[in-house]
Amino acid sequence: MEYFFELLFSGLTRGSIYALIALGYTMVYGIIGLINFAHGEMFMIGAFTALIASSVLSIYHLPLPAILVLAGLAAAVWAGAYGFTVERLAYRPLRGAPRLAPLISAIGMSIFLQNYVLLAQTADFVPFPSLIPEFAFLEPYSAIINSSSLTILAVSTLVMTALTLLILYTRTGKAMRATAQDQKMALLVGINVDRIISFTFVTGSALAAIGGLLIASHIGQINFAIGFIAGIKAFTAAVLGGIGSIPGAVLGSFILGLTEAFATGYISSDYEDLFAFALLVLILIFRPAGLLGKATAEKV
Amino acid sequence: MLELRAIDAAYGNIQVLHQVSLRVEHGEIVALIGANGAGKTTTLMAISGLVPPRRGAILFEGRPVNGLPPDALVRLGICQVPEGRHVFPGLSVAENLDMGAFLRRDRRQVATDKEQVYNLFPALRQRRHQPGGTLSGGEQQMLAISRALMARPRLLLLDEPSMGLAPLMTKHLFATIVAINREQQTTILLVEQNANVALQVADRGYVLENGHIVMQDTAEALRRAPAVQSAYLGI
Repeated sequence: MEYFFELLFSGLTRGSIYALIALGYTMVYGIIGLINFAHGEMFMIGAFTALIASSVLSIYHLPLPAILVLAGLAAAVWAGAYGFTVERLAYRPLRGAPRLAPLISAIGMSIFLQNYVLLAQTADFVPFPSLIPEFAFLEPYSAIINSSSLTILAVSTLVMTALTLLILYTRTGKAMRATAQDQKMALLVGINVDRIISFTFVTGSALAAIGGLLIASHIGQINFAIGFIAGIKAFTAAVLGGIGSIPGAVLGSFILGLTEAFATGYISSDYEDLFAFALLVLILIFRPAGLLGKATAEKV
Repeated sequence: MLELRAIDAAYGNIQVLHQVSLRVEHGEIVALIGANGAGKTTTLMAISGLVPPRRGAILFEGRPVNGLPPDALVRLGICQVPEGRHVFPGLSVAENLDMGAFLRRDRRQVATDKEQVYNLFPALRQRRHQPGGTLSGGEQQMLAISRALMARPRLLLLDEPSMGLAPLMTKHLFATIVAINREQQTTILLVEQNANVALQVADRGYVLENGHIVMQDTAEALRRAPAVQSAYLGI
C-alpha cells in the first residue's frame, strides 16, 4: 500500500509539471491554432534562468524560500520575455500564411533556442541546487512523499487556480476567450487581438518556466535538451485532454503522469515513454478530439 | 458624420469596391441595398477597419479614419454588427455584453446600460447566464445588436440583421432599430438584401451593383423608382 501511495504522489508530481507546460500549448492553440513547438524550450530557459538567479541570490545569504520565490519570478519574467519575442519574430509575420509555415518556424525556433543555450552554457548536465526546504512535518511520510513533491503539487495548484480565475473573471481573461472563439468579432468589439496573443504567449511561457524551476530543483540537474522531451510529453497531455481546452490540458497531464508512474512502478521502468504514447494512440483512436475537446470540423 | 470618398477595396487581386462614395448624416438611418456579392459587406468592413481601402478616403466627423485599426475605430464610436451575428458562442449572454463594452472604463454606467439592454430585449435577461451559442437565431441577433449598443456607438453598422429571421421577428427587430435611432440618437448605416424592409425604416438609401454605387436618393424615392422596384423589391 505504501508503494501505491509513493507511485500516486510521483504520478501527481509529474502530472502537475506536465500541466504547467501543457497549459501553454493549449492556450496558444486555442487562440491562434498553432502548435508552438518551441514551447518546451521556455521550460528549459526557465530552469536555466532560475539556476543563474539562484546562484546570484545565494551570495546574499537569503533564506531558501525567498530564493525560491525570487528565482521563480526571474524565471517567469525572463521566459515570458522569450515567449513574447518568439511570437513577434517567428509567428506574427506568418499570421496570414498557410498553416504549415508557422509550424516549421516553430520547429526552427525550438532548434535555435536549444543550440543557443548549448553554446551559451554547456552540453553537459549542470547540477541544480535544491531550492525547496525540507519540511519537518513530512518526516513520518518520507517513504511516500518528500517536500519537493509536495511543493510542486502546492505551487502548481496555486498557479493553475490563479490562471483559472484570470480566464474566467478578468477583463483580459474574457477577451482571451472571446479571441479564441471568434477572432474577427473580437477585433470588431475593440479587442486588441495582437496584445491578447502576446499576453497568451507570455503567460504560457511563464507557467512553463515555473514548471522548469520546480522540476530542476526536484531532479537536481539540467541541460539544454530537457525542454524537448518534457515539451513532447506535455504536448501529448494537451492532445490527450483535447487541445485548446484548458481543463482538458490539466486532466490529460494528470492522466499521463499517473499512467507513467504506475506503469513504470508496476510493470517496467524501461518502457516509460512507451506507456505515455500508447495511451495517446488509444485515446486518439476512440476520441480523436481528446477527452474534453470538442469534435469540430476544421475551420479554414 | 461619415463620408466615404471614392474608395476602392480589394481582396488580393480581386477588386470588390470601385470608387464608392457615400455620406451618412448625424441621426440618419441610411440603407445600402444590393444583390449578393455587390460589395455591401465589404463596404462595412472597410469602414470598420477589417478591410482597409486601397484608395480613397473615409472621414468620420470630418477626420480621416482609413488605416486606423478596428479598436481605434470602436473607440471613436463606430461599431459593426457583422453578418451572421458572430455571437461569442462559449461566452454567456452577460459576458457577450461585457465584451461589447470592452473599451469602456465607466463600470457603473456600463451596468446601467446593461439593464437598459435587458429592458429592450427581456429574453436576454432570462438567458443571461446561458452560453451565447445556445440561443436561437433571433435571440442571437438581439444579442449581437445589444453587444454593439454596449459600446455606446455613435455610428452603428448593421449587416443583414434580418438574415435567417422569421418575418414577425424581422418586424420586431426593425421596430427596435428605429427605436434605437430615435431614442438614443444613434446614427445607423444598414446593409440589407431585404430592400423592402430596409427602405421602409431608412431615411435615405444607396444602391450598390458590382462594387459601384448606381443610385442614391431618399428611401421614399427609391421605393418608387422602377429600377429598384423590379430589381430589389420584386414588384
